[in-house]
Amino acid sequence: MVERSRTLVVLSHLVMVLGLLIVAFPLYLAIIASTHTAQQIVQAPMPLLPGGNVVDTFRSALFGGGDGAGSTAPAGRMLWVSLVTALVIALGKIAISLLSAFAIVYFRFPLKNFFFWAIFVTLMLPVEVRIMPTYKVVSDLGMLNTYAGLTIPLIASATATFLFRQFFLTVPDELVEAARVDGAGPMRFFKDILLPLSKTSIAALFVIQFIYGWNQYLWPLLVTTSEDMYPVVIGIKRMIAGGDAANDWNIVMATAILAMLPPAIVVVLMQKWFVKGLVDTEK
Amino acid sequence: MEKRVLFKSAWLPWVLLAPQLIVISVFFFWPAGQALLQSFQLQDTFGTSTEWVGMDNFKSLFADRSYLESFKTTAFFSVLVAVLGIGISLVLAVFADRIVRGAMFYKTFLIVPYAVAPAVAGVLWLFMFSPTLGVVAYALGKLGIDWNYLLNSNHAMALIIMAAVWNQISYNFLFFLAGLQSIPKSLVEAAAIDGAGPWRRFWSIQLPLLSPTTFFLLVINIVYAFFNTFGIVDATTQGGPGQDTMILVYKVYNDGFKNGDLGGSAAQSVILMAIVIVLTVVQFRYVEKKVQY
Repeated sequence: MVERSRTLVVLSHLVMVLGLLIVAFPLYLAIIASTHTAQQIVQAPMPLLPGGNVVDTFRSALFGGGDGAGSTAPAGRMLWVSLVTALVIALGKIAISLLSAFAIVYFRFPLKNFFFWAIFVTLMLPVEVRIMPTYKVVSDLGMLNTYAGLTIPLIASATATFLFRQFFLTVPDELVEAARVDGAGPMRFFKDILLPLSKTSIAALFVIQFIYGWNQYLWPLLVTTSEDMYPVVIGIKRMIAGGDAANDWNIVMATAILAMLPPAIVVVLMQKWFVKGLVDTEK
Repeated sequence: MEKRVLFKSAWLPWVLLAPQLIVISVFFFWPAGQALLQSFQLQDTFGTSTEWVGMDNFKSLFADRSYLESFKTTAFFSVLVAVLGIGISLVLAVFADRIVRGAMFYKTFLIVPYAVAPAVAGVLWLFMFSPTLGVVAYALGKLGIDWNYLLNSNHAMALIIMAAVWNQISYNFLFFLAGLQSIPKSLVEAAAIDGAGPWRRFWSIQLPLLSPTTFFLLVINIVYAFFNTFGIVDATTQGGPGQDTMILVYKVYNDGFKNGDLGGSAAQSVILMAIVIVLTVVQFRYVEKKVQY
């Protein structure tokens, strides 16, 4: 910065700490709640310092066995469903988009522009606005309560295709020429040159899509009706039922922490790619 | 934008495109077409008979007070979410940009809400503001505010707005920070030499140069508030009390899945599609003309 003013530095830190407190408070409260028993939380105001019930709470959250009014299904299974869903969505999207972007950028074929626009249009409509008919298709195909039903309809969007198309367009033509001179066919070029070059784009996209998949709510709410196919985000919502006092809030909050942890870890550890992914996917 | 060098093959591009084309035709174009078709039809609850009714679904939709109310609710909600979210994150980003030591620490914490699913964010805020056991509700009670979002629609609206802003803050913050860091240092320094203080520099240099970012975030935040807040609403107010937090996306779900009004729900979907398309076109036209990172 230009000037060195002590007051400004102090003020900056003050504002940031204040912002941090507001952002962190809901998370802090969730952590605290998960360390108490359900009875302690129901007595308003709940304690604001950690208690000693951590192991019990997380055990009931992970393996089931709470006695709240809502669902008491074990979060362990739900976390697994969420993980599979998020991975299939992220990897599936990346795989099909790499292939189609490769076709669009490196080949000339009839109706190319038509297909390009057909894919482009899908960018515009999130699954939220076409839930009813999409639900009908999935149910007609017998895909309710399956991983396929949870994931494939969410793969049907073109964000990734565009990202890769943009990136491929920046790859120098000399590389293709050199590959051709050396006798490499298109798939060889794709595998040995294009894929290694795309590594950072793939990582960035993976972070964004993993979080997108993990945090889905409306879609799984519609296509899953059996407890063993609930992703964890749905599971939390179903644990809350009846009056406030009837719920095991400590277990609800422990499950919420378990649900936040994987995407939070991905975001924090892969921060560099995360920021790149955000900026790239929105261009 | 074309490559000079292309591969030639009569069949390979089709094979490469096939997976994506199959997925988008089955799960995108077919359902979107169905929505369009259904919006002009009237179907009984069991799906046994279908009747062509033309624009009737749309007419009855716009004659329906509760739909117009829902429109107003959504507009109010999304404008507040966008303005508050952008304002708060801009302040945070401007100060974060000044910080040399410890910047990484703040940044890491501030991006965590992005990882929290909207539905989970809803549950966290519900837990703080629940009238019987919420800590904040309790504190408000001590201050003489009888907080109850289940009965008071202003409280309910405030609750979902706070949760949505919280959830979206990381995103806005990261974009503003990136925007601020791409402003050439020489500009800021030149202004400082001319005697402009930090306050003046913010209004005359940084804010104007951030306008493309701000506009982009405005569109993104409105889209977010329109569509991605379903989880927050379902986890907290479920559209209540009455219909006072019934945003459009929630109403599509509510009318279609809970009340079985397929035609009406499809008509609502079509209107939502039109809104997204308009927003996207606005965004693309603007971004093409004026983006400068």
